[in-house]
Amino acid sequence: MATTRPVPGRRAAVIGGNRIPFARSNSAYAQASNQDMLTATLDGLVARFGLQGEQVGEVVAGAVLKHARDFNLTREAVLGSRLSAATPAYDVQQACGTGLEAAVLVANKIALGQIESGIAGGTDTTSDAPLAVNEDLRRVLIQLNSAKTLGDRLKALRGLRPGQLAPEIPRNAEPRTGLAMGDHAAITAKEWEIGREEQDELTVRSHQNLAAAYDRGFFDDLVTPYLGLTRDQNLRPDSSMEKLATLKPVFGEGPDATMTAGNSTPLTDGASAVLLASDEWAAERGLPVLAHLVDAQTAAVDYVHGGEGLLMAPAYAVPVMLARQGLTLQDFDFYEIHEAFASTVLATMKAWEDPSFCKERLGLDAPLGSIDRSKLNVNGSSLAAGHPFAATGGRIVAMLAKMLHEAGPGRRGLISICAAGGQGVVAILES
Amino acid sequence: MADWYTNFANSGVGTTITKQLGLPRPAVLRRYEPGGPLLPGPAVIGTAGDGRLRDALARVLAGADVSVLPAVDPDGEKPAAVLLDGTGITGPGQLAAAHDFLAPAVKRLRPSGRVLILADPPAATGSPATAAARQALDGLVRSIGKELLNGSTANLVLVPEGAEAALASPVRFFLSGRSAYVDGQVLTLSAAGVPAGEDDERPLAGRVAVVTGAARGIGAAIARVMARDGAHVVAVDVPAAGESLAGVANEIGGTAFQLDITAADAPARLVEHLRERHGGVDVVVHNAGITRDKLLVNMDAARWNSVMAVNLQAQLDITEALLAADGLLRPDARIVCVSSQSGIAGNRGQTNYAASKAGIIGMVRVWAPTFAERGATINAVAPGFIVTEMTAKMPFGTREVGSRINSLQQGGLPVDVAETIAWLSQRGSAGVNGQVVRVCGQSFLGA
Repeated sequence: MATTRPVPGRRAAVIGGNRIPFARSNSAYAQASNQDMLTATLDGLVARFGLQGEQVGEVVAGAVLKHARDFNLTREAVLGSRLSAATPAYDVQQACGTGLEAAVLVANKIALGQIESGIAGGTDTTSDAPLAVNEDLRRVLIQLNSAKTLGDRLKALRGLRPGQLAPEIPRNAEPRTGLAMGDHAAITAKEWEIGREEQDELTVRSHQNLAAAYDRGFFDDLVTPYLGLTRDQNLRPDSSMEKLATLKPVFGEGPDATMTAGNSTPLTDGASAVLLASDEWAAERGLPVLAHLVDAQTAAVDYVHGGEGLLMAPAYAVPVMLARQGLTLQDFDFYEIHEAFASTVLATMKAWEDPSFCKERLGLDAPLGSIDRSKLNVNGSSLAAGHPFAATGGRIVAMLAKMLHEAGPGRRGLISICAAGGQGVVAILES
Repeated sequence: MADWYTNFANSGVGTTITKQLGLPRPAVLRRYEPGGPLLPGPAVIGTAGDGRLRDALARVLAGADVSVLPAVDPDGEKPAAVLLDGTGITGPGQLAAAHDFLAPAVKRLRPSGRVLILADPPAATGSPATAAARQALDGLVRSIGKELLNGSTANLVLVPEGAEAALASPVRFFLSGRSAYVDGQVLTLSAAGVPAGEDDERPLAGRVAVVTGAARGIGAAIARVMARDGAHVVAVDVPAAGESLAGVANEIGGTAFQLDITAADAPARLVEHLRERHGGVDVVVHNAGITRDKLLVNMDAARWNSVMAVNLQAQLDITEALLAADGLLRPDARIVCVSSQSGIAGNRGQTNYAASKAGIIGMVRVWAPTFAERGATINAVAPGFIVTEMTAKMPFGTREVGSRINSLQQGGLPVDVAETIAWLSQRGSAGVNGQVVRVCGQSFLGA
């Protein structure tokens, strides 16, 4: 395992961020496309930092559920925004890690001096999801399109069947296992013996923390309302153990199933963006430096044949990054562990505490140890806010940077995001 | 931009009908356009007694490329502005001279013309006769305002000894289209050092201006006009209005700052934001305001308290925090507080609102000397009937009556309020301090 500590060079600064409130699927943003949401989010960022007509180095963003017409989604959003039309952009896609990966890509170019500023973001809609034509119909249409003679065309048309009208609907399922992500998480939850009560506790805390953060104005410079929505639609400030206890399990099987619609994130629509830059660029414009991106790491696990949980990759990525930085898991003031499911957060933490997992799977002499829960997701996370896949990374980076800035210089925060395909993206921010 | 009735009354058939029926005949007002002349025609200057301002006035007009007619010629060119230097008036006898000059001049005044009288403050004399004559000008100006037709206005500027240097900015304002809906007003100048070299086209260039309640309506208009005049606008509004706030900020190249100004930490957050992002602030426009109307006997505590918190307490708290923040408020800062006609005249169903808006006037008057010590000013602007989304929702009859009961026989536009605020925000307006300027078309209410 690589443990060489890199020579500290220039670090990219997080200047601030913007996101729109996250909406529940088929609700407030039902008529909004990914491009609409990303454009609005960029414009909110532009307004916050006075970037009208500004040519930033690069805008990097993506969406997990993406229409074919959105092949150049981010660049199109830039062209529709108040940024200079001379701002280059490209799309990335790494499932739920998209937003954080975008921030890492922008930060790395800034650190290398290839750009001085950049915007990283992500957007996702499960309401305006891409429907594809039925695979059989698609073949017929392609054949028809390539037919040269009338006879060939008629021959192709003979392949049409009524059943081909059924569209291909994107599913929240792993292509290689056919299991929904929640079903995978339920397997992991069972393996790590994660109880219903602790999942519900984590969920209640997420809602309470997010509601409290809104109430004290913490999100005033992180969120811009959109289409009449001013707070995350999934947020239930009055969430309680009693209410959550009434919910029936939706993932896992049998009497010991623990995962409900309450302690799993719902399908959500939304977008986020983060402004990153060199310290010099920020100083020239009188913009604040909230934190620096110190390091990042990705990992992947073989959840198909390797016997590892689909969402356990961050458990592998974090120790690699800690070793490289010479840090322990306890050397952080804040932990932002994306709440795909309450059980995912709990299983990840349990794995880090487990001597045999740390020894056998991570190759460590001693377990990473436990996390001070009072430092975990202190302003709420995805269970309360919702999780528009590609938008979660931007939400967390901007929020954590602000938390670190408020806490004072030299504070450190850990971000851990699990992603479909058995992947994970993690990063360290420092004020 | 004019309302439907004004458009109708100025159409061919509308002119005939309104004349025959004796209906109000509002004019399309002359409003400021960047690059246009200060006045669309020449001015004429008259005196009553031995005034001391004639030369100063001539210099102001020459500096603004306004030609001055030697006298009013019944057959010659019509004046666009009639100025009377009344500082020589020492007794009622000299008022006849004022009448002798004004009568033929006003008769020849062009549409959207200006009558501007300059005089000494009545109280600045020990002589009852002199005070009487000076005070008489007040009644004279207000009556002229009510007699003028075709969108013309009449205003009075009181110039104490020593305040002559502060004359240019108010004179230019009252002659220009910026004061389109400012009519029948009395402004008292004070002695102040007036910085030179302000760019006429972009008088707010390089200035950082905070505008609260900037997401829509009058606040958005203020933000637009301030930006047009060169200011960098920090547009403030409640987080819930953030979407339209961002739209305004992006339109004018300003920045959006979402803030509930009634929050306990709001003044501190604003101070920190201004220090971090701009190093200081030049102009603060306290525009944010809400209405929660109910008759006094039916008004609950929530309605009373929320109106007081937004309209009055937040202005006090934020201004205090700005004054206390070392070096944040730049020496020639300008604070403009939006009051209301309701705060002057009272309004049925608005005890809370009127009280808050009257409170602003008291606050401004007492704070003025403190600001003057810093070379800064604090003033209030009291809009009358201004055509906004809010008035569009009023019942037709109420709206039409409300908009006609003023000398200009029409509602004002948000831009009229904005122009007055932008003028008060100029460095050249240093001599205007502790004043309440009504933007009401000389409303009959509370006058």
